[in-house]
Amino acid sequence: MNVFKTLALGAGLSGLLLSAAYAEGLQGKVIGFSQIGSESGWRAAETSVTKQVAAELGIDLKFADAQQKQENQIKAIRGFIAQGVDAILVAPVVATGWEEVLTEAKEANIPVVLLDRGIEGPEDLYLTSVASDQVKEGRVAGEWLVGAVGDKQCNVVELQGTVGSSPAINRKQGFEEALAGKANLTITRSQTGDFTRSKGKEVMEGFIKAEDGGKNICAVYAHNDDMAVGAIQAIKDAGLKPGTDILVVSIDAVPDIFAAMVAGEANATVELTPNMAGPAFAALDAYLNNGTVPEKFIITESKLYTPADDPQGEYDRRKGLGY
Amino acid sequence: MTRPTVDIRPTTQPPLPPSRPLTHFFTRPQVIALAAVLLVNWILFPGFFTITWQDGRFFGSLIDVLNRGAPVAILAIGMTMVIATKGVDLSVGAVMAISGAVAAVMVSSGYPAWIAVLAALGTGLICGLWNGILVTVLEIQPIIATLVLMVAGRGLAQLVTEGYIVTFSDPVLIFIGTGSFLGFPMPVVIAAVMMIAATLIVRRTALGLLIEAVGVNRSAARFAGLSAGALLLIVYTFAGLCAAISGLIVAGDIRGADANNAGLWLELDAILAVVIGGTSLMGGRFSIPMAVLGAMIIQAMNTGILISGFSPQFNLVVKSAVIIVILVMQSPLSAQLFRRRTPPGASK
Repeated sequence: MNVFKTLALGAGLSGLLLSAAYAEGLQGKVIGFSQIGSESGWRAAETSVTKQVAAELGIDLKFADAQQKQENQIKAIRGFIAQGVDAILVAPVVATGWEEVLTEAKEANIPVVLLDRGIEGPEDLYLTSVASDQVKEGRVAGEWLVGAVGDKQCNVVELQGTVGSSPAINRKQGFEEALAGKANLTITRSQTGDFTRSKGKEVMEGFIKAEDGGKNICAVYAHNDDMAVGAIQAIKDAGLKPGTDILVVSIDAVPDIFAAMVAGEANATVELTPNMAGPAFAALDAYLNNGTVPEKFIITESKLYTPADDPQGEYDRRKGLGY
Repeated sequence: MTRPTVDIRPTTQPPLPPSRPLTHFFTRPQVIALAAVLLVNWILFPGFFTITWQDGRFFGSLIDVLNRGAPVAILAIGMTMVIATKGVDLSVGAVMAISGAVAAVMVSSGYPAWIAVLAALGTGLICGLWNGILVTVLEIQPIIATLVLMVAGRGLAQLVTEGYIVTFSDPVLIFIGTGSFLGFPMPVVIAAVMMIAATLIVRRTALGLLIEAVGVNRSAARFAGLSAGALLLIVYTFAGLCAAISGLIVAGDIRGADANNAGLWLELDAILAVVIGGTSLMGGRFSIPMAVLGAMIIQAMNTGILISGFSPQFNLVVKSAVIIVILVMQSPLSAQLFRRRTPPGASK
C-alpha cells in the first residue's frame, strides 16, 4: 500500500477519531511505539492509525516492528530508553517477561502505555493500558441479536475463533451472557473456524448440511468478520440468502464486512477499534502536561455497526488502513 | 516371485496378475479405514450420505468431503512422488499462498484471468524448481531445503499481497474454486483428472519405476545409468505445480488470497495423507491413488467432526486417535496378524 494513498484514505477516519479534547500538548514530543508485527489486517490498521494520529498531533513517533518476537520488543524499548523518548507505547506480544525492561523504563522516568493486550506483573510498571473488552464485544453482538429476533424462535450457530485463544473464550462468554435467559434463542452448534475465511466457510457448510440444509438455522454468530465472510459464501452456495434467511452477526468491523452489508448479506458487526493510540495519547497528554495519572485500564468503545450506519462510507474510510 | 514362508494360503491368482482382483482393493487398510470413518459419520449424522441435486450441482456432506479434501489431495499427488524419492516437501503450503496471492493480485490489477492463472502456475513451477535445485545441485537435505521456502514463502506471499486479504470478483478464478462440472465441484474434477493423469504417467511409463529406484538407493540408481538429478528436479517441480493448483482453488473458494492462512499447515496434512496411503517416508514403493484416498480419510474425519456437534476442543484428539488407529492397522505387525501382507513391490 502506498503511503500517500493510506494517508489520503485514512484522513477521513482520523478526522473522526480526533476530537477537540486533545490539546496541542504532545506537539514535538518523541514517543516510541513497539508494535508486535503485522500478523493480521487489524494489526496493520492499528499501525497505520497510530502513525496518522501521531502525525496529526505533531508527535515524533519512533516506530519499531518486532516481527512477533519479544526479544525484538525488549531491544526496541531499550533503544527508546537510550534515546530518551518522552513516552513509550508497547503492544506486548506475550504476557510475561516484561519486569526487567519496564523497570528500566520506570527508572528512566519514561511512562509506558500498553496497547491492545495486557501483561502479567506489577501494575506500577506501566502508566495505563488501553484495550478492548472482548467479553463486552460478544455481549454487544448478542444483545443486537436478541433485539433483532424479538420473540421468534431462533437457532444460532457459532463460529468460534482459535480454540483456547482469549478472544475466542471471551467473545463466546459475552455472547452467551447476552443470550442467557432468552428461551427462544439457543446456540445449537458451535465449532472453531480458526478466525479464517476458508475454515469459516467449511464449518458453515457442515452446519448447513447438519441442520436440514440450513432451514433450522436462523442466525450465525462469528467471532470475527473473516469467518463471517466465509460463512456468507457458504450460505449463498447452499441457495439461501445471507442476511435474510440466516442473520449474520460478527465482530471486528473490517472493510469487507461493510462491503457485505452494502450487498445486504451481513446484519451487524461490533467494532474492535484500531485506534488504541488515540486514548493512549490523550492519557499521555494529561499525564505529561498536567500530571494527571490516568485510570489503570482504559477500555475502548465496542461500537455496533448495522446496515443503517452508512456501510459504504465505513468501507471507504477503512479500506486504506491496511486491513 | 517368492512369498514369505509364513504365508501358507493357497493362491488362486497368478503371482503377478495384470490387474488385481477387486477384493484386494477392498481389504486394504486405507479403504477399510475410510469406510469406517464414513460409517461413524453416518451414525453421528444420518443424513450424511444424502445427496441432492440443487442449482445444477450435487449437494451433500459426501460432496463436501470430496470438495474440501481436494486441495490436500492435489498436494498429496505431488508429495507422493517427492516422498517416493526419499524426500519431503515442506514448502507446499507456502507455495499455495504465493500462487493464490499472485493470481489475486494480477486479476485485481486488471490482467486477464488466463494470464493470472498461468502466472500462478508458473510461480509454483519456479518454487518447485528452486526446491529441486537446492536438493540436487546443492545437495541440501530435502527437509532443510524445503524448510527455507516454507518459512520464506509465506513472507513472499505477504509481500505480494502487501499484507492484505486481496479479494477479487473474477469469474474464472471463482469458477476454479467454486464452479462445477457435470454436477461435481471443480476442485474435485481437477483433483480427479490430476490423479488419473499422474497415475497413468508414472505407471504406463518407466517414470514410476525410476522414481522408486532413486528413492530406494540414489547412488545405485545413478550407477545404473539413471539421471537421478534430473528426475528429482522434475519431481520437486511437479510438487510445486500441484501446490500452485491447490493455491488457486483455495483462493477461488474464498474469492480472495489470504497470505497468512492459505495452505497453513496443509503440507503436514499432505504428508499425512501420503503416509496413510502406505507410501514409506524411506522412499521407494508409492501409490498416488492411495495417497488421494488418505486425503479423503483426513477430510472425512474433519467433516465428521464438524457435523457431529462435538465441542471443538476434541477436534485434534479425535483426529489423532483415528490416525493412530489407521497407522497401527498398516504396521507390519498388524498386517501379519490379519494375514493381509502383500509381497513388497507388488503393491503399485
